[in-house]
Amino acid sequence: MTVKHGRVDLTRGRGAGARPYNRPMLVLGIESSCDETGVALYEGGAGGGRLLAHALHSQVAMHAAYGGVVPELASRDHIRRVLPLTRHVLTASAKALADLDGVAYTQGPGLAGALLVGASVANGLAYALGIPAVGIHHLEGHLLSPLLAEPAPRFPFVALLVSGGHTQLLAVEGVGRYQLLGESLDDAAGEAFDKTAMLLGLPYPGGAELSRLAETGDPLRFRLPRPMLGSGDLDFSFSGLKTAVLTLVRKHARAGEAVPPELRADIARAFQEAVVDVLAAKSLAALTISGRRRLVVAGGVGANKQLRERLRAECARRGVELFFPPLELCTDNGAMIALAGALRMGAGTRDYAFSIRPRWPLGELLTPR
Amino acid sequence: MHTLILELPDAAATEAVGRACAPALVPGMVVTLSGDLGAGKTTLVRGVLRGLDISGPVKSPTYTLVEPYAISSLYLYHFDFYRLGESEEWEAAGFREYFRDDAICLIEWPERAGAFLPAADLQIGLEITDDGRRCTVTALSARAEACLTAIAHQGTAAR
Repeated sequence: MTVKHGRVDLTRGRGAGARPYNRPMLVLGIESSCDETGVALYEGGAGGGRLLAHALHSQVAMHAAYGGVVPELASRDHIRRVLPLTRHVLTASAKALADLDGVAYTQGPGLAGALLVGASVANGLAYALGIPAVGIHHLEGHLLSPLLAEPAPRFPFVALLVSGGHTQLLAVEGVGRYQLLGESLDDAAGEAFDKTAMLLGLPYPGGAELSRLAETGDPLRFRLPRPMLGSGDLDFSFSGLKTAVLTLVRKHARAGEAVPPELRADIARAFQEAVVDVLAAKSLAALTISGRRRLVVAGGVGANKQLRERLRAECARRGVELFFPPLELCTDNGAMIALAGALRMGAGTRDYAFSIRPRWPLGELLTPR
Repeated sequence: MHTLILELPDAAATEAVGRACAPALVPGMVVTLSGDLGAGKTTLVRGVLRGLDISGPVKSPTYTLVEPYAISSLYLYHFDFYRLGESEEWEAAGFREYFRDDAICLIEWPERAGAFLPAADLQIGLEITDDGRRCTVTALSARAEACLTAIAHQGTAAR
């Protein structure tokens, strides 16, 4: 369990369309869409907002740089954790249930059973306290989570969301105003790292280990295809790289034997070069197309050293501001849900509907240009 | 019980198998897909979805464990149980509730769910070969025979 405290100035990050807060608003956020249970308390006010406390139940969150966590899927586990975590964040910030102004929960997408736990607790609490329950799109949470970082990016910005579960480019104009620019049509980038690591004989999830190996590899020995680099749009496809890596392994390693370390490093390097090339090129194209000057890279793959170095160099050359929010804000957590809830409530959302949406296209939140 | 073996030269051929099989799938059917990483399991599922007129991204459910699709009055669930640690997790996560009469279930890494998984109608195996993929399709129920027939008649060289 981790507990974090921090201050954020939200006035710098708030969209032009959002209504200013009348008074500090205390919002409890609950995330239970997949493996991890996260609960947080966020206080939004006229002078900005601040994360009072957040607690996460996950033994693996610190190790899983790419979101490929070992599942503890049981909805029962979420049930066991959510109330103790709630008590914990309240105690840690010296608040009581009666102080709450709203409860935000992840409404989807995610596993139905897991979502229902967060939704039930949030709606039960909200009903008993006579306050709103606000259902939040999981990805909206991820999109807004960079606002919890110091320094926080100002709107508008382009977000590259790259993790084990997502690879998306979005134009973020303000709270509730997002435009999907491109996404992966199959595997997420982090997933491709984890799976390629497996093909090279590393234990799952081995994406982070693969990146370390790649640093020692020869960048010139192999060249893998850059999927969809010339597709003329901002979509990605990483699934085909698996076959390309498999072909290399079959050609250069003996069948049934472990891939030799040097070959492993060289293939890892070739793979990483390909992924970084595509992610960087499409991110820069997204900035050009949307005419934005700020890039926020969220998600576990954002920790990749080579991707960071490449984007730093390219953004510096173009005079683009670049943000890498801390990794702990990029994993699934309650803080982003509490924040999104506070911002949504600040913008006037009042939603008492009790529902979950296991499959919820982000497109439904997006605003056409 | 009948088995069909196909040699698939590329990903397009793998997708074509799924596409051919799609119209023969009926609600309540359980289809398992076995094969190593990169063998084309998700590619074949993409073919099934395209055959059912579902466009848009077809993501591997490795991370999410299940990707649900709604097709008019029925549901299609695409599972990936690779990340299941113990087969008991399958029961604990509530996956049994997805296996209904109005749902088609396609399952990658079925072995991870062990004995908990409802009996399969159709088993699809994908094996990586020097020339592409070898696909082995086995019908385990009467209603699955139609899938076999549909796949056999799609024009890919069967042997």
